[in-house]
Amino acid sequence: MEVMRRVTIFVDGRPHSVLDDQNLLQACLSAGLDLPYFCWHPALGSVGACRQCAVKLFRDASDRRGRIVMACMTPAADSTRISIDDAEAREFRARVIEWLMINHPHDCPVCDEGGECHLQDMTVMTGHVRRRYRGLKRTFENQDLGPFINHEMNRCIQCYRCVRFYRDFAGDRDFDAFSLRNQVYFGRQQDGTLESEFSGNLVEVCPTGVFTDKSFKEHYTRKWDLQTAPSICVHCGLGCNTIPGERYGLLRRIRNRYNGEVNGYFLCDRGRYGYGFVNGAQRIRAPLLRRELGGPAAPVERQEALARIAAWMADGARVVAIGSPRASLEANFALRALVGPAHFYGGMSAAESRLTALIAQILQRGPAPAASLQEAAEADAVLVLGEDVTNSAPMLALSLRQAVRRQPMAAARGIPPWDDHAMRQVTQGQRGPLFLATLAATRLEDVARETLRAAPADIARLGFAVAHALDADAPSADVDAPAHALAGRIAAALLAAGQPLVVAGMSCGSEDMIRAAADVAWALRRAGRPARLAFVVPECDSLGAALMTDRNPGLPQDGADLLLVMENDLYRRADTDTVDSLLGSARHVVLIDHTAHATAAAADAVLPAATFAEATGTLVNNEGRAQRYFRVFAAAGDVQESWRWIHDIAAAAGRTRDAPWTRLDDVTAACATAIPPLRRIVEAAPGAAFRIAGQKIPREPPRYSGRTAMHAQVDVDEPKPPDDPDTPLAFSMEGYAGRPPSPLIPYFWSPGWNSVQAVNKFQEEIAGPLAGGDPGVRLMAPSSGTAPPAYFREVPPAFARRDGHWLAVPLHHIFGSDELSTRSPPVASLAAQPYAALNPDDAAELGLNGGDLLHVQLRGISHRLPLRFEPALPKGLLGLPAGMDGLAGIPLPDWVRVAKAEAP
Amino acid sequence: MWSSLKTLWTIFLHIFRRRETIQYPEQRPSIPPRWRGRIVLTRDPDGAERCVACYLCAAACPPDCISLQATEDEHGRRYPAFFRINFSRCIFCGYCEEACPTYAIQLTPDFEMGEYQRHNLVYEKEDLLINGPGKYPGYNFYRVAGLAIGGKGKGEAENEAPPTDPRSLMP
Ligand code: SF4
Ligand code: SF4
Ligand code: SF4
Ligand code: SF4
Ligand code: FES
Repeated sequence: MEVMRRVTIFVDGRPHSVLDDQNLLQACLSAGLDLPYFCWHPALGSVGACRQCAVKLFRDASDRRGRIVMACMTPAADSTRISIDDAEAREFRARVIEWLMINHPHDCPVCDEGGECHLQDMTVMTGHVRRRYRGLKRTFENQDLGPFINHEMNRCIQCYRCVRFYRDFAGDRDFDAFSLRNQVYFGRQQDGTLESEFSGNLVEVCPTGVFTDKSFKEHYTRKWDLQTAPSICVHCGLGCNTIPGERYGLLRRIRNRYNGEVNGYFLCDRGRYGYGFVNGAQRIRAPLLRRELGGPAAPVERQEALARIAAWMADGARVVAIGSPRASLEANFALRALVGPAHFYGGMSAAESRLTALIAQILQRGPAPAASLQEAAEADAVLVLGEDVTNSAPMLALSLRQAVRRQPMAAARGIPPWDDHAMRQVTQGQRGPLFLATLAATRLEDVARETLRAAPADIARLGFAVAHALDADAPSADVDAPAHALAGRIAAALLAAGQPLVVAGMSCGSEDMIRAAADVAWALRRAGRPARLAFVVPECDSLGAALMTDRNPGLPQDGADLLLVMENDLYRRADTDTVDSLLGSARHVVLIDHTAHATAAAADAVLPAATFAEATGTLVNNEGRAQRYFRVFAAAGDVQESWRWIHDIAAAAGRTRDAPWTRLDDVTAACATAIPPLRRIVEAAPGAAFRIAGQKIPREPPRYSGRTAMHAQVDVDEPKPPDDPDTPLAFSMEGYAGRPPSPLIPYFWSPGWNSVQAVNKFQEEIAGPLAGGDPGVRLMAPSSGTAPPAYFREVPPAFARRDGHWLAVPLHHIFGSDELSTRSPPVASLAAQPYAALNPDDAAELGLNGGDLLHVQLRGISHRLPLRFEPALPKGLLGLPAGMDGLAGIPLPDWVRVAKAEAP
Repeated sequence: MWSSLKTLWTIFLHIFRRRETIQYPEQRPSIPPRWRGRIVLTRDPDGAERCVACYLCAAACPPDCISLQATEDEHGRRYPAFFRINFSRCIFCGYCEEACPTYAIQLTPDFEMGEYQRHNLVYEKEDLLINGPGKYPGYNFYRVAGLAIGGKGKGEAENEAPPTDPRSLMP
């Protein structure tokens, strides 16, 4: 990679210092200047299609005439002289927008893009105010693109951003540009759900209202009317940054929050559309208490519920608590403090505890550090062991799709990376090395150099063989000849790379795979390569929970006198019998959670917890980055943060000193002090006392409407806005109007920039870090100088089929495997349904046909599941959907028996 | 002293001026049609609700006394699910009417809105909606807009060509 230099360009006579790896458009925007554009996108590069970014370029200081060039297609070389303000350039841009608007429908009032429309912004910026064209407008029919995206083709300005994102960036094929001249059509060959897991990004990529959020349309609100706060996605372990928006007490949508090191400009569809559970009918909104044994749990006053729980805790009752890897660090810590570390369980299954602890240990130990999503996208050779990343950590798949372009791009000398069209012409779809070793077919195979589908043990063995090929000191795996050859090719590719990356994770439930990945990375480090590791973890705070529960892995053996469960459905952590007996052994079970599930049904008392949108807290993502999420709105009624319930329980039981905190900062600080690996979590974001010019940061934009009418039907006297003692943000439109520090940005907006592209004004360099540095703090940053530790030496034996038995393995689904997003209606409508997958040869051996029902014997319980043929699944394996209700608690892989079931 | 005398003299002269005070309410004042009084929501010439729930009036309103929620019928026509004006806050500035892209919201010459209870000044859509087009008889937003609604497909709005066929390669 060439080193960036700072150079000086002159814009309208004024010097600006810019980076020379940028084009002039990017440079002008980085310098804070306004220049209209459409087809250029910071993540997609330039193609020069829209002609909107025209500027005057001068040969030298003496050149008075100059010529019009497209800023996005011209490199920012030293001493370049341009003019944005030049009359001819201005006229040129005004004409271009007038042409673009000729066919534009009169739709703004009913267009969901209105008020955050890049086309509106650019039209205003160029000064085009009056329609002169009197002819007929061209029109299009729309398509039904599924539950995520609404299509309104009339509004298209033919900038080609959508296809470039969908096909070139995200790599899917079922969307394209059709037809010709002024009739170019952007859509699918025919109506149907978009196949890409990243289709939701079209909403933000398209500068107009052609693609809008269909779930948002159900409860549409303008951007200026949404109350927003910086937040973190809770639907997988990657911790993408989001901006959820609320109005009238309903969570309305999720938007991307730029973080240069994590998710950049994009989100996956699980993260964007999984928010429905917050508004869902299954929400627990009031304290529930079971008054008599076997009776139903009924809503009660909070005081009564707390008094009853306090009574259960009284007089030396043995209390055991189970936290959760989907709850904040603060909530887990408060619970741990209440019952004492000896009685606190992190809330993961035994297998999850082992795997997360191993991952945390490897990342803390070094020298191979965790790769952020951005670092993964910059890797130039990648080995994936066992993870179907598109389904288990979706945004990592998008990063890997960019990673495979690094080597060809580096080889294309003389072409700047932003010159997208030229770069794609030169690289011609060539790809750098990406090796996938997975259980079954994955969605990344089209860009992989080589693919191996194998049983978990064989994938781990391949990993060990690669490590051995890199370093003869690493344990030898004695794999068969084809695997040996493959391992050799992988090792050679990784060794030749500048930034090699090894991806592994918890999806297959295999410690061997994680160890093998660590061995490969360490072998590369020994060879002097800056190898990184990306471990996929299942939940938003899996690593945080691992760092907190050093003592008690898995679930407790018995429920003691009082079992306190927090934000956790235990039936997803162990099989039904185990959980039944655990819950049955407790005299009383108390659950603090926001969504009803099987554990809630079994609890004697349930306290309503806040979801991510109604709470503030800290989460640790898969790379050990602690990130703070903030309350978007104040929940109604008794709903409050789990740690506040724990404080209330402690107070009711007369044990306030065990959980004395009443403000979040105090919990966070106590947690950081008590648990050394979490020492730096207080730095994740400024504390509640932070003020700018003595003011809080408003969650509502200055144009927020309806303040004196939205509650008037209830009480004509406007209520005081809720207080927020936990954060420097206010539930108000009043407060500091400037640019807040990066972890506290509630929405991206700047005068004249109403669309998502206002983020330009918040970055140090366009597509670089946010001003002041990207939010979040990495807790596990081993010094890369440390010597690699001794290799893991336990190589598992090769997979061998067993007669009459199948090895059941989990297959992950972006829609269906995650507990919470599956409760969101648009996600639920696409969620995978339960099945049992077999290789067709195995099925034939059993005499099974497609559509048959199978009896799968899992831990003594028989499950009836429809058979699905999975030709890519190795023989001897049985694929089961991961995380699905009813199957989620069964630890996999496990040997099972299979029989044909009679149709009901 | 001098100023007091001057004032008395001026007032005395008023005896000979035309009388402006009228005996309200027995006598009705004549109010010009552009007077900014009680706000109404009008209907388009087809008799359907004109408001398309674009939220622009609410954004323009200085005391923020308009609140509404957009919804859609089964054919995609957008309209407000509820529409509320808190007249105890309204300053009758007319910005909402000026912001409205559909002529839906209009101020009328009716000024008789006195109430003993403040909450009676909170008007919902049912209270605001009138049966006619108000001051602007001809305009029908959905006839101009490109959005398809029940009874109006793509290419059927004013100044629209029929929808293109993306499969055709004819020039
Ligand atoms: S895309 Fe933008 S300019 Fe076009 S109708 Fe929608 S809001 Fe208006
Ligand atoms: S649909 Fe949107 S992104 Fe695609 S070409 Fe049209 S305006 Fe551009
Ligand atoms: S990749 Fe994970 S964290 Fe990111 S948006 Fe998707 S579900 Fe959320
Ligand atoms: S501005 Fe007009 S169309 Fe828009 S919400 Fe208000 S009344 Fe309805
Ligand atoms: S942004 Fe430069 S030509 Fe489109």
